Amino acid sequence: MENYDLVIVGGGPAGLAAAISARKDGIDSILVLERDDRLGGILNQCIHNGFGLHTFNEELTGPEYAGRFISQLLDEKIEYRLNTMVMDISHERVVTAMNSKDGLFQVQAKAVVLAMGCRERSRGALNIPGYRPAGIYTAGCAQRLVNMEGEMPGKKVVILGSGDIGLIMARRMTLEGAKVEVVAELMPYSGGLKRNIVQCLDDFGIPLKLSHTVVNIEGKKRVEAVTIAEVGPDRKPIPGTEERYECDTLLLSCGLLPENELSKECGVEISRVTNGPVVNDSLETSVPGVFACGNVLHVHDLVDFVSMEAKNAGHYAASFIKNGGESDDKTIDVVCDGKVRYTVPQMIRPLDMEDTLTVRFRVANVYKSASVVVKAGGKELVRRRKQIMAPGEMEQVVLKKSDLADADKVEFGIEEA
Amino acid sequence: MEERHLTCIGCPMGCALTVTMDNGEVVSVTGNTCKRGDIYGRKEVTNPTRIVTSTVAVDGGKDAVVAVKTESDIPKGKIFDIVNALKGVRVKSPVHIGDVILKDVCGTGVDVVATRED
Amino acid sequence: MYDCIVIGAGAIGSAIARELSRYSGKFLVLESQEDVCSGTTKANSAIVHAGYDAVPGSKKALYNVRGSELMEALSKELDFPYDRIGSLVICRKDQDRSELEKLLEQGKKNGVKDLRIIERDEIVQMEPHIADDIECALYAPTAAVVCPFGMCIAFAENAADNGVEFAFNAGVKEITKEDGHFVIKTATESYESKTVVNAAGVYADVLHNQVSSKKLHITPRKGEYELFDKSAGHHVSHTIFQLPSKLGKGILVTPTVHGNLLLGPTAEDIDDKEGTNTTAAGLSQVEKMAALSVKDLPYRDVITSFAGLRAHEDGGDFIIGECEDCKGFFDAAGIESPGLSSAPAIGVDVAEMVAKSLSLPKNEKFNGTRKGILDSKKLSFEERNELIKKNPAYGQIICRCESITAGEIIDAITRTLGARSLDGIKRRTRAGMGRCQAGFCTPRQMDLLEKYAHLTPEQVTKSGGNSILVFGKTK
Repeated sequence: MENYDLVIVGGGPAGLAAAISARKDGIDSILVLERDDRLGGILNQCIHNGFGLHTFNEELTGPEYAGRFISQLLDEKIEYRLNTMVMDISHERVVTAMNSKDGLFQVQAKAVVLAMGCRERSRGALNIPGYRPAGIYTAGCAQRLVNMEGEMPGKKVVILGSGDIGLIMARRMTLEGAKVEVVAELMPYSGGLKRNIVQCLDDFGIPLKLSHTVVNIEGKKRVEAVTIAEVGPDRKPIPGTEERYECDTLLLSCGLLPENELSKECGVEISRVTNGPVVNDSLETSVPGVFACGNVLHVHDLVDFVSMEAKNAGHYAASFIKNGGESDDKTIDVVCDGKVRYTVPQMIRPLDMEDTLTVRFRVANVYKSASVVVKAGGKELVRRRKQIMAPGEMEQVVLKKSDLADADKVEFGIEEA
Repeated sequence: MEERHLTCIGCPMGCALTVTMDNGEVVSVTGNTCKRGDIYGRKEVTNPTRIVTSTVAVDGGKDAVVAVKTESDIPKGKIFDIVNALKGVRVKSPVHIGDVILKDVCGTGVDVVATRED
Repeated sequence: MYDCIVIGAGAIGSAIARELSRYSGKFLVLESQEDVCSGTTKANSAIVHAGYDAVPGSKKALYNVRGSELMEALSKELDFPYDRIGSLVICRKDQDRSELEKLLEQGKKNGVKDLRIIERDEIVQMEPHIADDIECALYAPTAAVVCPFGMCIAFAENAADNGVEFAFNAGVKEITKEDGHFVIKTATESYESKTVVNAAGVYADVLHNQVSSKKLHITPRKGEYELFDKSAGHHVSHTIFQLPSKLGKGILVTPTVHGNLLLGPTAEDIDDKEGTNTTAAGLSQVEKMAALSVKDLPYRDVITSFAGLRAHEDGGDFIIGECEDCKGFFDAAGIESPGLSSAPAIGVDVAEMVAKSLSLPKNEKFNGTRKGILDSKKLSFEERNELIKKNPAYGQIICRCESITAGEIIDAITRTLGARSLDGIKRRTRAGMGRCQAGFCTPRQMDLLEKYAHLTPEQVTKSGGNSILVFGKTK
């Protein structure tokens, strides 16, 4: 059995930032385990620009953004192993992993940071009826084929879901010579950034049909046609609104799911809302010494926020390693009113927390001219009016330790005008 | 007088802008909620520009292609010309972030540079 | 000239081929698809029925009970997953309990062992999620679940290892009988054979009717299913059937042999012999009916849905044996449920019929054991490390969801009758069968197929034919 102070599961943006931050906090013995053949995670295939405005004040492509963190990691001489799959994490923080070179091996860690990222919702999980031919890809799978393997996965394309990866792939496929017929979105609003709708769809005359879904897939061997239909307020297809598109490819961009199979095996409590671990103000999960950050914790809109969160996770893991995680035990819940769908963290230790705490959250619907209201201990701590809030965008507020000393819970809500 | 209809990309509001033009000169921008809409509207109708990102074939690298971008904005109308200009380009590994792949692409004065190590 | 050509490499054709290889002769299996196990065998309930459903005296009853008895030993001999988990036929308060008693009596007549009727208290002990109004159930401890892919592939591989030839992408267009032997034409080839076994699933009537005036009529009966993530696999621990109706055994809820949860099938008669599409109505019926058996089904854990076609012959029973007006032509037709359970016994009988008709001697070199693809997850820590040292490919995970390594996939591609498509790999190793449904591993599996099956990227398919994955290089 090997020993490391800190083991980080995943070498994507979250894992990189957590490792660098822990090193800066004085942790020498760090091991990053990455399942792919290079560091940087999914950013390597996100070759479009628009990353890093918050972190570097400039617009970078995905691989460039990752590259900046990878350089820091190399400068800090932080150990990492590629092509390495973590198979198990025990409650006592024994990490079992495997690769072709070292075989199956175990590492005893003083602290673990979960940074495994997320996966895309598949056709099966969406339960779309029809045949099951070749030519149905998640947008991310198509992105890998085009941007890493240099292969063309389709020529005539329908896209379901207007998440950012779907929008980005609409443009990418168009630039490579494909015809993107339509992007259908189940919800009455897009899940993607406005900029992407303009620069990826409008620039190329690709129609976006809101409140539409796929109701049939034709083609016994390869996709031959896809039928979409309008949905009502109940999100069920409205008979008579069907439109059939002849195409050879259906791309799916219908949401991301944190990959928490390892966390569950480890005994980490998982939120039914975020599908990620329930964490406290130090991003520590229900298993002591196991921290989480990035898209495995909750799906982020911008990678900049992943890096910021992961930096904190690395910092908190470092103090756990140095101080043994002594805690006053008192925790209070952060409660959401439903319009605020979730917060991260979900719990706060009012006595142990640092002086300020950034709470990130998402709303359940589109709210115009509404206010975010945070209350605790009978006091209103925050009231912030926003022109617009949408489920596709993460929001955040900063709480002060001094406001929470006597609170028995913190309440997050939206008040509409 | 000519009217152009745009969606502002300044924030998630996505205001529906109407830009009124006369002989190529912007007369007014309406429909915006804030100043950013006005700025975006004027730029987008007079000189729309984009960063182009794509790939070129790489020999001997980890992957079949290496990611590239135009080092700065290019005129929107040149997007397809640039993508086509990249079709025939092959580079040899090693390639580093920032390496110039194609100088002064399509007469824009802008270089295409690598954005991924390979 | 072949001694026997078997048409169809599903569970039935493959079982017959394997049993035929016990005899000395020249045998060929023709399969219309790119791989074995590509029709009804790949999309069904994966149940080894105990044998109480079929009418006593019917071929279904005979072969079900015998097949079920053979299955466990076969699963060891041929190394395919099988688990005797037992089944329950449940009866609601408002249903007729005497129907269960009839099934019990029928089962006893068919020779099913250890059947008994149990009451709600005992059911709840066995299945805590059973629906609230279930009063009693017929418990059949001999019922089991099996991997239909594993079984079919094992039969076929063992047949091939014992000398049986296989031809794929070889759909039969025409069969004629000339000068006492058969001429079988595919799109590109013509074969001659002394005998023919018709195991062509939903197409068995078309083939049969080319040589016989006693016509068969097979209706494809579609069954739609939903498959859940392994995290939902413990929701039930037995196969739970509803009281049967005239369209079949109703919607069942069962764990699969690999630990997923499976719901289905519907039963809809259709015209298209390849109509394996799911429908919104069908899937919603699956969910509605399953809820009558089991409560709190975790629908957010559905990972895929699919449809299969049962080959329902108008007579309602299996048609097994030599065609009366065309000697040398043997049918294994109308094989709907309990076809999978019956396959081992049908294989033995049909092979024997063929061998007798040709007076074939025993194949002295026959080796009935076959080793499946190693499941490296089941090895100990030390064993696994030994394996990776010898073959580093076993240290490289390709399919994250099911923890399948490159070693297992390379074995699947390079072994006897190796995989030639993503679906072929999936059925042999489960790579791509997990919760992400191959979202991550498709490009990596393509690489392995290119390298080990010697294909170009444009030649790699999901399931043969035109099911290509990419159209060529972007650059």
